[in-house]
Amino acid sequence: MSDVILEAKGIQKSFGGVMAVAGVSLTIRRKEIFALIGPNGAGKTTMFNLISGAHPLDQGEVIFDDKPIHGKPSYHIAAMGLIRTFQNLQIFGTMTVLENVMVGSHLRGKTGFISAGFRLPGVAVEEKRVRDHALEMLKWVGMESRANDMATSLPFGQQRLVEIARALAASPKLLMLDEPAAGLTRPETRILDGLISRIRENGVTVLLVEHDMNLVMGIADRMAVLQYGSKIAEGTPAEMQANTDVIGAYLGVDWEMDKPFARAV
Amino acid sequence: MKYSSAQIAVIVFVAAILLAPLVVRDNYQTFMFTLIGLYTILTVGLSLVMGYAGQVSLGHATFYGIGAYVTALLSARWGVPPWAALIIAGLLTGVIGYLLGVPIFRLRGHYLAMATVGLNVIFILIVKNEVDLTGGPSGFKDIPPLSLAGFVFDNDVRMYYLVWVIALGVMWHSLNIVNSRVGRALRAIHTSEVAAESLGVDANAFKLKVFALAAGYAGIAGGLYAQAIHFISPASFDILVSIELVTMAAIGGLASIWGSIFGAGAVVLLAQFIRDRLGEWFGVTGEQEIIVFGVLLVVIMVLTPEGLTTGSLRVFREWRTRMKNEQ
Repeated sequence: MSDVILEAKGIQKSFGGVMAVAGVSLTIRRKEIFALIGPNGAGKTTMFNLISGAHPLDQGEVIFDDKPIHGKPSYHIAAMGLIRTFQNLQIFGTMTVLENVMVGSHLRGKTGFISAGFRLPGVAVEEKRVRDHALEMLKWVGMESRANDMATSLPFGQQRLVEIARALAASPKLLMLDEPAAGLTRPETRILDGLISRIRENGVTVLLVEHDMNLVMGIADRMAVLQYGSKIAEGTPAEMQANTDVIGAYLGVDWEMDKPFARAV
Repeated sequence: MKYSSAQIAVIVFVAAILLAPLVVRDNYQTFMFTLIGLYTILTVGLSLVMGYAGQVSLGHATFYGIGAYVTALLSARWGVPPWAALIIAGLLTGVIGYLLGVPIFRLRGHYLAMATVGLNVIFILIVKNEVDLTGGPSGFKDIPPLSLAGFVFDNDVRMYYLVWVIALGVMWHSLNIVNSRVGRALRAIHTSEVAAESLGVDANAFKLKVFALAAGYAGIAGGLYAQAIHFISPASFDILVSIELVTMAAIGGLASIWGSIFGAGAVVLLAQFIRDRLGEWFGVTGEQEIIVFGVLLVVIMVLTPEGLTTGSLRVFREWRTRMKNEQ
């Protein structure tokens, strides 16, 4: 097992005549927290979609956990341990919070149409196991008290936590978070910060796309900056803050990390 | 042992269904209720496909027809015992549903809907043209009734019980599926297929299987229909019937298994009313039901897209919450 959990080589994707991702390569090491930043339209979410198999890529290779995944359907990639969340929160609105997380545990079960329909032995046992595991995941993000509420009745920040609990229920090796702090208040972002750290402490690699620079600079081990579909810089947060291209493209000359939120680098 | 109010309602309801023929002495009315039972089986399948999985099946009568004709051919022409013909028809229709689903579910949205309509149209064309096989537009007659160990289901009351026992069995089967890992996967696919796939759900496989299951249910209903009235013709399985089935699902609540009985009942009784009374009042004869169902379907889809009963319950609950908040 190599040190690298995800290797994306020369990823290219066009939509119509527009080159969304123009030959981007990324190397993510196991158990690190890696951030992908850049202005809107830089191709970050597209990279997520290409890596997770939601869109087919035009050119390039993706190797996950030492196995090629480019061209594979997204449910297959998920089964291999690559789980992603969505920028615009794809919560299942017709289900409760607990049921949402139980869908995350889909891969842990094998009940199908026949065993479910005829209530074959083993189904009830599996259902209880999945339910207990889902409750554990909710406890982990602090949302177990809302388990039986309809998922969309929760405030946005809490729905975000439920989505993360759902992703964790799928037992990811690599968790890809697409703008997890979007729409969160400051206190909620702090909770998210702690949560991401704990996720990494449990052996899960985290790749995140984020605009909240306080969060990113505080938590990421390494980062890459995209602009107009290309990677313009890569390195540690300190290196990024000193990089003039990055400052020009994205951070802005006056950007300074908020002192209360800063963490020793 | 304490029962919840929902469980009591179920027991009362099932008891009512089982005792109804003893109260209703009229054979024609008993047959109407049998018909409601058959349509319930069809609607439950449609509810799984459209309400839970969020797909479309605007040609569902195709599978009703396949089940009926397969049963007829096996039992009347090829000497297969009726009980075996019924089982084979159900399984074969399910398999056909799966195979047809493979090309159909490559399509999305309106194209998918049109493909299911096209299926129904093609089926009727084949039935009307393959006269040697199906009897063509004049129909297929002398279909033998079901018999089990000498007990023959050759009257209205016996068929009523057979159909309703099977309908309740189908509902039980579907409720088990809905309240399971499979049901959650289907609902997830409905809300966000991409999110479901991101969690490892093979959406295409689930769509095919639920479609095949609904086709299988419809095939059983078709076989029972053939064995109930001993004569079938293409008119009973055309696109108008498919639209009636969608209307039943829409009235009953698209994602509601119990609602299927209500939807089936409402449409059968409404159709009867339209034919008898509306014909009188407006002096028209002919297929005026389709106009009423068409309008009804549009109104329901605009006002309560999740289905009439589910939508009404939602409206009622919201009204009640508003009343509480104002106190």
